[in-house]
Amino acid sequence: MNIVIYILLAVGAVFNGLGALALIRFPDVYTRIHGATKCTTFGSIFSITAVVVHGFLRGGGEGGTLAVHALFALVFLLITNPTGSHALARGAYRGGIKPAQAVVDQLEKDRR
Amino acid sequence: MRRLAVWAVTAMFALAVYLLLTLWSGAWGLWSLSELIAGVVMALIVGLVAGNLLWERGGWRMLMPHRWVLLLVFSAGPLLWAMARANVDVAWRVITGKIRPGIVRFDPALKTELARTILANAITLTPGTLTVDVHELSGAFYVHWINVTDERPTPEQVCGALPAWARRIAE
Repeated sequence: MNIVIYILLAVGAVFNGLGALALIRFPDVYTRIHGATKCTTFGSIFSITAVVVHGFLRGGGEGGTLAVHALFALVFLLITNPTGSHALARGAYRGGIKPAQAVVDQLEKDRR
Repeated sequence: MRRLAVWAVTAMFALAVYLLLTLWSGAWGLWSLSELIAGVVMALIVGLVAGNLLWERGGWRMLMPHRWVLLLVFSAGPLLWAMARANVDVAWRVITGKIRPGIVRFDPALKTELARTILANAITLTPGTLTVDVHELSGAFYVHWINVTDERPTPEQVCGALPAWARRIAE
């Protein structure tokens, strides 16, 4: 069963790595937030699922507690991450940062 | 009077959730005394801060239990599937660098605050789409889209079945 945990961790690490790469490759704050979202969704879903599987395999009160706590951490991460990303993007836009390489900016047109 | 009722109801909800999360925490019955005191204080603060926001414009709809079941089904099914597809798609864009970003507007025609919040959260949670702003009165969404295929898209083009599910859950 350990192989399942290793696979989950590897997939999570790959997505987290690609998210970090996105911070270097993408041109502006909005596209970089897309990359960061990828970290917090698939990166943490797979890493935390690995912890949950480990907790259940270990069994007993301690393992069960570990698994349930990890699941709660995932739930709260998935609720709070979009809230934070949206606040960052909205704040950046109101602060006057225009999206780079944009083919269309409907918000700019509507505000005029 | 209404403010007081809203505060009390919200505080009771918050306390119930807190008590569920801290079950079997102490030797004193099911909960330890310090947990109970901390829970009551935090529930009162949460009620004061979130009370008015929560019940305004159709928040009471979530008192129906089947809406919570729908929310669970939505999170485990359509949302997870949309997230999986978008993750692989954005991962490919990171490697190849093929992006066509832009901020587009669409109107999902959602009326309640809660439905808009659920949709905005779902959109931001899927990589490749990011809610920048929501117009308070008209309910139009301004979404930063990493691959603009249409400058005036329909909601389905940007986020697939998500608006329909938001309407099902909270309207």
